[in-house]
Amino acid sequence: MRIFFSKGTTVVMSQTKGAFAKADPLSGENAVTAHKISKSYGDVEALKNLTLEFPRGQLTSLLGPSGCGKTTLLKIIAGLLDPTSGEVKVNGKTVTGPGPDRAFVFQDFALLPWASVIRNVAFGLELRGMAKSEREAIAAKYIRDVGLAGFEKSYPHELSGGMRQRVGLARALAVDAQVLLMDEPFSAVDEQTRRKFQEDLLSLVQNENKTFIFVTHSIEEAVYVSDQIAILLPRPSRVHEIIRPGGFREKGVDNIRRDPEYLDIVDEIWASLRSYVE
Amino acid sequence: MKVYGYHLPAMSSLILWGILWEIVGRSGLTFFIPPFSEVIGTLFVIIGTPAFIKALSETAYAFFAGVFFAVSIGIPVGILMGKNRLIDELLLPWVNMFLSAPLTALVPVLMVLFGFGMKSIIITTTLFAIWIIILNARAGVRQIDRSMVEMARSFGAKPLDAFFKIYFWAALPEILGGVRIGVIRGVKGVIIGQLLISIVGFGALFELYSTNFLMKHFWAVLIVLFAMAFALSEVLAYLERRVAYYAAKR
Repeated sequence: MRIFFSKGTTVVMSQTKGAFAKADPLSGENAVTAHKISKSYGDVEALKNLTLEFPRGQLTSLLGPSGCGKTTLLKIIAGLLDPTSGEVKVNGKTVTGPGPDRAFVFQDFALLPWASVIRNVAFGLELRGMAKSEREAIAAKYIRDVGLAGFEKSYPHELSGGMRQRVGLARALAVDAQVLLMDEPFSAVDEQTRRKFQEDLLSLVQNENKTFIFVTHSIEEAVYVSDQIAILLPRPSRVHEIIRPGGFREKGVDNIRRDPEYLDIVDEIWASLRSYVE
Repeated sequence: MKVYGYHLPAMSSLILWGILWEIVGRSGLTFFIPPFSEVIGTLFVIIGTPAFIKALSETAYAFFAGVFFAVSIGIPVGILMGKNRLIDELLLPWVNMFLSAPLTALVPVLMVLFGFGMKSIIITTTLFAIWIIILNARAGVRQIDRSMVEMARSFGAKPLDAFFKIYFWAALPEILGGVRIGVIRGVKGVIIGQLLISIVGFGALFELYSTNFLMKHFWAVLIVLFAMAFALSEVLAYLERRVAYYAAKR
């Protein structure tokens, strides 16, 4: 049943410089590449000379202790922050700001409290100037897809945290961007909702032909949902390691968490992060 | 409030104060306070007179014009100050100074600059109302979540879209709070303007009645003015509550 990837786990140790082509033995095509990104705030170096590739159609997690610059990297890819040096390319085009090829899912949802669910989901399309009936038809489809049918006329404050994040996800899906950027999207929802989200995310990655970049601080979450995990370490921030989990995903969502390989990877990541956690 | 199990409607304590006024008035303690019932009687007599209608329309015109300028200038300036550091640094000291300054002392200067007519009265009203509107709009914009601003940017909002579809609405509860306080200050401004600059409108009526010791008339007009100012403030407070239902949840 192991269709994708190699049998075991491919662990590629890498320094930030060079030898990066090996990290991605499978597809020749990367949807997003970050090349020698540095970002400093005054004297503080948030990112230093960071190079990372994001294979098309797969989910890549950025994992690391707090302060390792993972959210900064995500916002640079989103075009919300400018790197001090280096460049990000999305489908071969250099990023100079936010663009329709990328959509962002926010940690705190960032919904318009005065707008109904359907207007929130359609908001990205509204900003693009799409006609109301057209954009609401698209929004209604994605509201159904994320499992919120019947809540179109509700307001965000009437929904639970998990449902609000589904609205945020539907809004990002509705603009039909190639790349979905998710900034700790499940950290503000409760544990059970988070597990359901993670399962849904797996099928989303399979069904939608999109590239996902996913920031998390949860090791288990990263191993559970990712095709590729980039472990970032702080001071100065760099890519410490790239891990590509093997075929345990194919055994079905119910079996992932007790797969020996899953558990091994979780332990291994913890071993390399342990010394960086205060 | 409940008294002996009966639920009293809001502001029923005013009845008590009305009775007290009546007693003091009937006791003949001072000519300055006529009985409350006679004041109310006078109120209904003068309320339809041409002099009153004229005063009302002059005052209303100056007031609404002044508040209009205060709102239409104050809100955009406040939002700009909240969004732009440079503009904020330039204007904030002045806004704070004028907010706490005794503006009445400035009125003679306005008379020299803008003459003795309606123009000066309108400007006085605007000057009384505008500062708190600016400060509140600024505060409203500054508390907008960073992620809301990033959301607007990442979904490609142009500056005008971001302004009208996000910043204005996100700051609306604070803006309305500022407008409500500004309007109340505007009532002060228009009366002070009418008293000091040119004796027109309600200011003229106050002047006329008090110099002729027509105390019943004086109090009657004052009650009308208080009631109108209070009603205006309550209408805006109602609007504010309607908008605030989501403010607590954002």
